[in-house]
Amino acid sequence: MKFTLSWLKDHLDTEASLDEILVALTQVGLEVEGVDDPAAKLGAFRIARILTAERHPQADKLQVLSVDTGEGDPLQVVCGAPNARAGLVGVFGAPGTYVPGLDVTLKIAAIRGVESRGMMCSMRELELSDAHEGIIELPFDAPVGEAYAQWAGLTDPVIDIAITPNRQDCMGVRGIARDLAAAGLGELKPLDVPAIRGGFPCPIDIRIEDAEGCPAYFGRVVRGVKNGASPEWLANRLKAVGQRPISALVDITNYVMLDHGRPLHVYDLATLKGALVARRARDGETVLALNGKTYTLDPAITVIADDVDVHDLGGIMGGEHSGVTETTTDVVIECAYFTPEHIARTGQKLGLTSDARTRFERGVDPAFLGDGLAIATRLVQQLCGGEASDVVEAGEPPLGVRTLRFDPNLTEQLAGLAVPADRQRAILSSLGFGVDAGWTVLIPSWRRDIDGLADLVEEIVRIEGIDKVPSTPLPRAEGVARPTATPAQLVERKVRRTAAARGLNEAVTWSFVSEAEAQVFGGGAWTLANPISEDLKVMRPSLLPGLIAAAKRNADRGATAIRLFEVGRRYLADAERPTLGFVLAGDKAPRNWQGGRAQGFDAYDAKAEAIAILAAAGAPVDRLQVMEPVSGVYHPGRSATLRLGPKTVLAEFGELHPSTTRAFDIDGTVIAGEIYLDAIPAKRATGFMRTAYRPPALQPVTRDFAFLVPADRAADELVRAVKGADKVAIIDARLFDVFTGQGVPEGQKSLAIEVTLQPGDKSFTDADLQAIAAKIVAAATKIGASLRG
Amino acid sequence: MTDLNEIRSKLLSITEAADSLDAIEAARVTALGKASEIAALMKTLGGMSAEERQVQAPLIQGLRAEVSDAIAARKAALEAAALEARLATETIDLTLPAGAAAQGSVHPVAQVMDELAEIFADLGFAVATGPEIEDDWHNFTALNIPETHPARAMHDTFYFPDEAARDGKKMLLRTHTSPVQIRTMMSEMPPIRIIAPGRTYRSDSDATHTPMFHQVEGLVIDKGITLGHLKWTLETFVKAFFERDDIVLRLRPSYFPFTEPSAEVDVGYTLVDGRRVIGGAEPDGWMEILGSGMVHPKVIAACGLDPDEWQGFAFGCGIDRLAMLKYGMDDLRAFFDGDLRWLKHYGFAALDVPTLSAGVGA
Repeated sequence: MKFTLSWLKDHLDTEASLDEILVALTQVGLEVEGVDDPAAKLGAFRIARILTAERHPQADKLQVLSVDTGEGDPLQVVCGAPNARAGLVGVFGAPGTYVPGLDVTLKIAAIRGVESRGMMCSMRELELSDAHEGIIELPFDAPVGEAYAQWAGLTDPVIDIAITPNRQDCMGVRGIARDLAAAGLGELKPLDVPAIRGGFPCPIDIRIEDAEGCPAYFGRVVRGVKNGASPEWLANRLKAVGQRPISALVDITNYVMLDHGRPLHVYDLATLKGALVARRARDGETVLALNGKTYTLDPAITVIADDVDVHDLGGIMGGEHSGVTETTTDVVIECAYFTPEHIARTGQKLGLTSDARTRFERGVDPAFLGDGLAIATRLVQQLCGGEASDVVEAGEPPLGVRTLRFDPNLTEQLAGLAVPADRQRAILSSLGFGVDAGWTVLIPSWRRDIDGLADLVEEIVRIEGIDKVPSTPLPRAEGVARPTATPAQLVERKVRRTAAARGLNEAVTWSFVSEAEAQVFGGGAWTLANPISEDLKVMRPSLLPGLIAAAKRNADRGATAIRLFEVGRRYLADAERPTLGFVLAGDKAPRNWQGGRAQGFDAYDAKAEAIAILAAAGAPVDRLQVMEPVSGVYHPGRSATLRLGPKTVLAEFGELHPSTTRAFDIDGTVIAGEIYLDAIPAKRATGFMRTAYRPPALQPVTRDFAFLVPADRAADELVRAVKGADKVAIIDARLFDVFTGQGVPEGQKSLAIEVTLQPGDKSFTDADLQAIAAKIVAAATKIGASLRG
Repeated sequence: MTDLNEIRSKLLSITEAADSLDAIEAARVTALGKASEIAALMKTLGGMSAEERQVQAPLIQGLRAEVSDAIAARKAALEAAALEARLATETIDLTLPAGAAAQGSVHPVAQVMDELAEIFADLGFAVATGPEIEDDWHNFTALNIPETHPARAMHDTFYFPDEAARDGKKMLLRTHTSPVQIRTMMSEMPPIRIIAPGRTYRSDSDATHTPMFHQVEGLVIDKGITLGHLKWTLETFVKAFFERDDIVLRLRPSYFPFTEPSAEVDVGYTLVDGRRVIGGAEPDGWMEILGSGMVHPKVIAACGLDPDEWQGFAFGCGIDRLAMLKYGMDDLRAFFDGDLRWLKHYGFAALDVPTLSAGVGA
C-alpha cells in the first residue's frame, strides 16, 4: 500500500517528521517497505536555460551547449539529446550530483575532447517516467536557478507499507492515519461526509437477488456529467502511488478506494438496459472484464447484471461494455457490500486479482456504504459537474453489533506486559473501540479481524509498544538438560555422519522429480496438480533420481570422483519413508604413481557402504542375507538386496542398469544404493552396562580350506555352511580367495576359506582338529561343494 | 709368558683386520676354533700340576675371553656397518604424495538442524516431525486459516489432485512446519516444548525463494506462558546459535492467523567488509529472521485443548536462511544443486558434531 505524506496529512493532524512517522508505522505493525522522497533524491537538480547550442567538433550527434544555471557564468555542457537547442529551459545536474536513473555521480569530464560540466537530464534519468527521447522541456518562464523538485511540486514523499491480511482498514489512507493517531503521532481529523440531497428519483431500478453474495447495494445516478482528464492534484496523487490516471470518473473510484479502503464502481447509464441486479451468474454466462479478458461464469459467482448482460464481476472487476468513457453523460455510482468468502472463492476460481477483490475479501467496513457513496458523489460533482439522484439502498449491510467482555488483566497474563487499565482504555478508544465502565468493548465496524480477547491484547500491545514486553526466562527443568532425540532421529544422525566420515558428500536434492525420472523408478504415487515446472512434478519414489541428476551435473562440470549421499524421505502411497541414498561415479582412486591407472567404483564399494551404514544404524549386519535385487534400476547381475529374513529389505545396492544411466544421460558405470532406515529393527534398550569382559584363555588357531563349487553358486552359501559346521569351535570363517583357471574344472570355481577356531578350556588335540575339519568338509559337501585336493 | 702375549697380539690384529662378516667368522675359527692355539693351550691345563694350573688357568682363560670379546665387538661393528649400508640403499622419496582418503561432508542444512536440536534440548525442547504431504485441515483449517482466508492464497500452495484426497481432505505439500504444532497438541498433553524442523514447500522461485526450503517450528504450551517468555526464548536461541552476546532483536507487530498477538522478529546486523554480520550492540540495520506469536485460542481449541487453561507461543524460522546468515552463503538455490565444490566449501566434517561444551558452530 503506497501513499504520500501530504495525503496522510489530509487525515492526520501532525507535527511529526517523516522519520518519526516511518518508525511509528513499523512499530504499530504497518511495516515500511520503502520510502521514495523525491525532494531528497532530486534536491540538487536545478532549472536551467540553454543559451547556445553548437555542433560538437568531433561528433555529429553531440552538441556543445552553453547553459545558464542561474548563478555564475554559463557552463559548457556536452549533450546528445536531439531536442537540445538554444532557448530550451530544462533540468540541470551539476558535477557532483547523483543521477538516480543512471546510478552515476556526475563529474567534470572531457567528451570526445570537449570539457563538459554537468548534464541536462531526461525524465528517465530522474526516474520520473520512462521518457528518454530527449531532455526535459519546461515552460519558457520556468524560474532559472530554482530547485526543480520544489518548482515541480515533487516534494511529497511516497511511503510504501506492507499491510497484513487482517488489516483491511489500513488499505485506505484514513485507517493508517487512525493507527498513527493512536500511537501518539497526532490527531485524526474529523471525517467530512457531505449530505447530498438527490434532485430527482434514481432513474434505474437497483435490486438484490443474491443477498448471500451481495447483502447490500447502494447506488445513485449523477446525470449531466462531463468526463475528462482528472485535475492535476488527483492525477499526481494517483501517479505517485503507482496508479495510472484514466479519466476523472474512474480516477474518483480509485481515489476513494485508496483514501478510505472503499471500492466503488461506475457504470455508464446509457449502456444499461432495465434494472441493475445483484444475482448469481447463470451457467455459461460470460463477461468481458476491464482487463480485456473474457470470463465464463457459473452460479457460484455473484454478478451485477442488467436485463440483458452481466456488467460486473461483483466486487472484483467491472465489465468493459458498461464502463464510462469520454462521452458518458449519465453515470451510476455503485457502493456495495460483497461477502468476503464469496469474493475469495470467485477470485480463486477465476484466478483474478484486483485492488477491489483484495479489499472486499478482507472485509470492507459495512457501515461506510452511505458515507462512501456521498464522498464519491461529491467528487463527481466537483470534478465532472452533474446533478445527483436520490440514493437507492437495496438490502442491508451486515452491521451486527459485536462486543467482547474484556479483562484488562489479560494483557499481562498473555503478553507479559503490565499496562495500566486507563491506558488500555485510552488505546482502545483511540482505535475506535467503544469501552464502557464494565469493560464491555464495542468493536468498530471496520475491524472485522477482531473477534476474541487475544485480538484486543494485541491491539493494546502493538500501540503501547511490543518492544516494551520484558524478556521472561522460561522455567528450567531441574538438573542438566535431558536427551531429546528419538531413536529414529539418532539413526539419521548416525548414518549421516558415518557416510560423511567414509568420504561421501551430503547433498539435499528436490523432493520432486520429473515424471520421466520417476518412471525409471517405477513411477511416483504423488503427482502435483500445480507443479512449478515439469521437472519438479512427482514426489520422488526414490532418492536416486535426484542424486543421479546431481552426479551428472557434477560430471558435466568436470568432477572426476563423485560420492554423493542424501538423507531424506521417499514418498510412497502409504507413507513417507526415511532413506539414505548414495551414488558413486567416476574414479574411486585417481591414477597414481603407486597403482598406475585410475580405479573405478564397483558394486562391492556399494556393498561396503551399505554394510557400514547399516552397522552404524545398529542393524545386525552379521545376520543379513545377500539376496536378489527387487527394483529394475540396477544391473541384474551386479546388484543385490540386504535382508533380515527373506521379507525385510534393509538396503538395495549395486551397479545401475545401463538403461537407468542412459535415462539420465550420464556416461560410464554408476554405483548406487539405498538404505531403508525405517526397516532397520530398533535396538532394544539394554542400559549402559556392557556384558562382562571375558577374553578366552587360549589363543585361537586358523585353518585354511579350499572347495570347488559350481561357478554360478553364491560364495556366501558356502561360507555360511562352513561357519555353521561347528557352532562352538568356529568363531569366524572368512573367504580369502576365489580362483578359476588351471587346476579348476570348467564350470567350477575354487573358494578358499580361512576358518578361525577358538579352543575352550583345553588346547585342541590333533584328533579335535581332525574332527572339526571333517565336520566342515561334511557341511560343505552337503551343499554340493567338494574339498579341493 | 711371552707366548701368551704373542698369541694375544697376533689374534687381536687378525680380529682388527677382519673387514667383513665372513672374515670375522674366519678369524673366530682361527682364534677360538678346535684347531686354534688357544684351544691347544686350554688342553695343556689338564697336564699341569695343581699349583701350576692355579697360575696358568686364569691367564689362558683371560686370553680367551679377551680375544672372544674383541671378535664379538668387531662382529657387532661390522654388522652395524652392513645394516647402515643396506638402509642407505633403501631410501624412499617421502616428498611423493601419499594416498588421500576421500573427504566427506555434512550438508549445512543438516548441520544447522543438529545445532538447533542441541540448543533447544538445553531449553527442554524435544524434536518433533510430521508428514510433508499434508491435508488441508492440518496445514490450514486447524491453524485458523479457513478456505476463503486470503492467507491461503498467499501461501502459494502445491496441491495434489482431488482424486488424491484422503478421508475427504485435500492433500497438499505443507507450506510451513506449523501443522506439526497441530499434530503434537493432538497427540500429547501439555506441557509441551518442541521444535519441528523439516522440508516445506511453496510455489515460488527466484534468488531468495526455492519451491522447497527448510523451516523450524517452535511450540510451547503450558500454563502462564506469555509473550515475554517468547521474547526470552528467541533471544536466548539467537544468541546461542550465533554464539554472540551482543545480539539485538526487534519485535514488530504482525499477523499470522494462528497466533495472536503476532510478531515478526528482526535481528540487528553490522556491516563488516561489506558483508552483513549478525550481531553488534549498535546495529547498522535489521534483517527479518522469524515470525512468532502467542498460539491463537482457536488453534488450541481445534486441537482439543481448553484455551482458558493452556496457552503458549509458537515461532517459525527458515533454516536455510539461518545457515546463510551464520555461514555466509548468498544463494539459496545452491543449497539444492548438489555441486560437490559447494558441498565441500560450505559442508561440515563428520566429526563437527554440535555440542554445547564445544560450541554449536563449526
